[in-house]
Amino acid sequence: MKPSSFFSLIKKGAEKRVLISKLTPYLLLIPTIIYITVLIGYPLAQGVILAFQDSHSHSLSLINFETLVKDPHFWEALKFTFLLAGIIIPIQVSLAIAVSLLLYTRFKGSSLVLYVFIIPLTLSDVSAALMWYNILTGNGYLNKLLMALGLIEKPLRFFGYAYRYMEVLAIVLAEVWRATAIVFVILFAGLQMIGRDYIEAADVFGATTFQKLRHVILPMLKPSLQVALVTRTLFALQVFGTVWILAGRDVPILAGEAFYWQTQILNYNVASAYALVIGVISILLGWLYFKFLKPEYLAGGGL
Amino acid sequence: MSQARFLLRKLLVYAAAIMICAWILIPIVLIFMSAFADPHDYYDIKKVIPTNFTIENVKDLLITLGEWRAVLNSLVVALLTIAISFPIGLPAGYALAKYFFPGRDFFRLLIIGLRMFPVMVIGIPLATLYIRIGLSDTPVGVAIAHASLALPFVILITSSVFASIPRDYEEAGLIFGLSGFGVFSRITLPLALPGLAAAAIFVFVLSWNEVFVATILTLMNRTLPADVLVSVLEAPDPYKFAAAFIMILPAMAFVFIARRYLVTMWGIRLR
Repeated sequence: MKPSSFFSLIKKGAEKRVLISKLTPYLLLIPTIIYITVLIGYPLAQGVILAFQDSHSHSLSLINFETLVKDPHFWEALKFTFLLAGIIIPIQVSLAIAVSLLLYTRFKGSSLVLYVFIIPLTLSDVSAALMWYNILTGNGYLNKLLMALGLIEKPLRFFGYAYRYMEVLAIVLAEVWRATAIVFVILFAGLQMIGRDYIEAADVFGATTFQKLRHVILPMLKPSLQVALVTRTLFALQVFGTVWILAGRDVPILAGEAFYWQTQILNYNVASAYALVIGVISILLGWLYFKFLKPEYLAGGGL
Repeated sequence: MSQARFLLRKLLVYAAAIMICAWILIPIVLIFMSAFADPHDYYDIKKVIPTNFTIENVKDLLITLGEWRAVLNSLVVALLTIAISFPIGLPAGYALAKYFFPGRDFFRLLIIGLRMFPVMVIGIPLATLYIRIGLSDTPVGVAIAHASLALPFVILITSSVFASIPRDYEEAGLIFGLSGFGVFSRITLPLALPGLAAAAIFVFVLSWNEVFVATILTLMNRTLPADVLVSVLEAPDPYKFAAAFIMILPAMAFVFIARRYLVTMWGIRLR
């Protein structure tokens, strides 16, 4: 064999291998792409069609959105969805920052506290709601305790349409209890990425605790804070289980109305219109986020 | 003076730590207590802490009310969700972790975006689709929908697990003559196994807890959360507490087993 043909053989083999290794990642992505197209893309398209379809004549129309706009429940749902997000998210974020800072000081037993604090990560919205129902209901621990202490005569009422703002309070308690851990894991991971050097440098220059927090820790925590805010805001639009268990339709929310039209009225078209509203608001908020913040931060952990 | 300040600081830290633990643990302890409390104690307005305990609530719920079927459905759906989402998502996670290719960042962003996409948007059309193709009210149908929800998590978590396997080990394997697939199956996969198990547990819990899609896709064969949302809510209170107990038990047990990996999965370092 002539040397030149020997080398060209090697070269051919190498080229083939390079081609294979270039194609490999795409081959690995094929199952995911097929799954997303068939089981997310197709239903998504179907959902849009359903939302624009008359439930009787099946012709394209805007009737479902007319139903929405004329229904006071829709506006209430919109109001309460944003109201709940507006109350819950700031509490979650501030509580998560406080707990992160506390655990960052690494006292003896801090990892035990960490494990305890993340327990709710794995508990469902439904079970968290039932836990708070257990505490707050008429025969619940809170009422019995307050009565035993002689602080109240009659049980405090948390549930029922007449007490819907107490229901909001119960929802806030359950959601803060359950989902603060999700914010916490994002923030705590972010906090750990800040080198201790920075904080020690601030110490050397005689910064007070507040100055360290304001000028070193919070600015460096900004990416994680953004991730936490965006994920929590988008998930707040989907809040369902907690509200449905604790308040039913007393406190209407977008996902709850979609559920109601789907399962009680059996009108898939109006239900789809609600789902589409949630989807469009999510995309709008997501788009605003991409416009104003840097998306690469999102690659980190968190739910 | 500084000694006193140090002590005071320590005292404050531990007071805060105890308050945090109490905030999380008290509702859990109370639901356990209510699940097993004698209903007479629960309805006795003067009895703050129940003293008589019974397993009747849980037993009645599971057997007399037939809730064991919902528990079984939840188990089947959760396991099917893992069985569907892992074979599909694992290769994609591996590709994201180990290859640099054009379109990688776009794909990653797509997956991150999907992770936050509302379930209602695909759940409601799936319900009509399932009626047409006969998947309505079946565990497989719910699992397929849950796999759509789980897939982004599977891809992102497995990719971070694979990325944490040192490249040196894999190169050593290549030098000693393993093929690309050999490196994966003999070196990367065994090292990644604990992390992948934690990811599987996470997917199990995700499916076990999901309620919206599970409720609208089923009628008789409901999963546990779906059945709680629809029927148990009409039952007397002690049954609700028993149902909550059954729902939180496996989730908490799993987390206890996999806690180290779950914590590192979110990027938290344990000293």
